[in-house]
Amino acid sequence: MSKVLRQKQGPAATRVLGVGSYQPDRVVTNDDLSKIMDTDDQWIRERVGIVERRFAEKDELLVDMAVKAGNAALADAGLEPADVDTVLVPNCTMPAPIPNAAGQVADRIGVKAAGAFDLNAACAGFCYGLGVASDLIRAGSAGRVLVIGAEKLTDVVDPVDRANAIIFADGAGAAVVGPSDEPRIGPVAWGSAGDLVDTIYMRDHKYIYQEGQAVFRWATTQIAPVAMRAVEAAGLELSDIDVLIPHQANLRIVDAIAKRLKAKGAREDLVVADDIVHSGNTSSASIPMALDHMRKAGAVATDDVVLMVGFGAGLSYAGQVVICP
Amino acid sequence: MADKQEILSGLAEIVEEVAGVAQDDVSSEKSFVDDLDIDSLSMVEIAVQAEDKFGVKIPDDELANLKTVGDAVDYVANNAK
Repeated sequence: MSKVLRQKQGPAATRVLGVGSYQPDRVVTNDDLSKIMDTDDQWIRERVGIVERRFAEKDELLVDMAVKAGNAALADAGLEPADVDTVLVPNCTMPAPIPNAAGQVADRIGVKAAGAFDLNAACAGFCYGLGVASDLIRAGSAGRVLVIGAEKLTDVVDPVDRANAIIFADGAGAAVVGPSDEPRIGPVAWGSAGDLVDTIYMRDHKYIYQEGQAVFRWATTQIAPVAMRAVEAAGLELSDIDVLIPHQANLRIVDAIAKRLKAKGAREDLVVADDIVHSGNTSSASIPMALDHMRKAGAVATDDVVLMVGFGAGLSYAGQVVICP
Repeated sequence: MADKQEILSGLAEIVEEVAGVAQDDVSSEKSFVDDLDIDSLSMVEIAVQAEDKFGVKIPDDELANLKTVGDAVDYVANNAK
C-alpha cells in the first residue's frame, strides 16, 4: 500500500487586517495630456470620467511602489514584517518576466524568506490574489499574507495614444490577510473568457491595445453577474452590500455595473467607488487603492460590507465580498 | 415583429435613457454621431439595450454600419426574430 501523507489545515476563517496604498507624486491633468496629443479635458471626462492621474518617474519602479503600499498596509494592520510569511504581488507590468516582483518586494519590506510569487490576472489580479491569500491561510500553507497589486502602466502605454494614454496610470494598493474568529472574506467568484483574448493585448509586445467597444460591452454586461455570484457565495443578498468597488477601468463601466446591480436589488444608497476620477486606471492596484482612499475619506467604515470585482485582460474576472477592517 | 414605427419609438426611448437626447429628436434621418452627438461607448449601450428590447443581436462590427437612426431601425426590423 502506498504511503499516506499528512496535509495541513489552517484556521477556518480569514479577514483583511489592514489596507494601504501608494501613488507617485507627479499629477498629470487632462490639460497636460492635451499638450502632447489631440485630446481635451471635456473629451476625456466624458469618455472615461478621469480628471487627473499619477505617473511614476522613470527611475521609480513597480517594486518601489509595491514596497511602499505593502509597508502602509502593515502599518494599518498594526503588524511588523515578521508577522507575515507570504507576499503575493498581482501585476502585469513588470519590465521583464524574470525576476518576479514578489521576492524583492518581500525582501525590501523585511519579510525574511517569504513565500513570494507574482500573479497575473491583469486588472482582476487583486481579487484573484485576495482569494488565493485567504485560501492559503485556510489551508495552513500561510500564516498571514501580504497581497500587493502594483503597476507601472506608463511603461506599456504609448504616451501619445489618445485611446489608452488618457486612461492608464501608476500606483500600488495592498491588503494584509490573516486568520479571523469569524469569516470576513467571502469566497472568490472567478473565471475567464479566453475566447476574447484578442480584445486586450500588448501590440508588438510593447504597448497595450484594446478593442474599446468590445471590452466595454463585455464589462458592462458580464461583470455584474460575477459580482452577484460573489454575493451569493458569501451567503448575502445584494441589499446587504454597503459599498461597491469595481475595478476602476472607466467611470462609465463603473456606473453601468452599479446600475445593473441596483436593478437587481442593490440599495439606492450603495456607495460606489469613483477613485478613477483622480487616480486613473491602475489595473491590479485600483481596487485596494480605492478601498484605502475611501477609508481615509470616511466613505467606508469598519464593518461595512464591501463588494469588490475586478476584470481585465485574459479576459479574466474575479470578485468577492469583504467586511471592511 | 414590431413595425418600423414601433421600433423607432422604442429606439428613441433607449437613446433618451442612454444619451439624454429628447425622444422627439430621434428621427430616422439623424446620424447618431454627427446629429445626436452619441459616442462609440454610448452606441454600445444603445445596442445592448436594443438587443434586450427587440430580441436581436447587434455585434460591434455591425454596429459600425449603423450610421443613422433609420439604419438601426432597418437592421432591427430585418434581424429581429
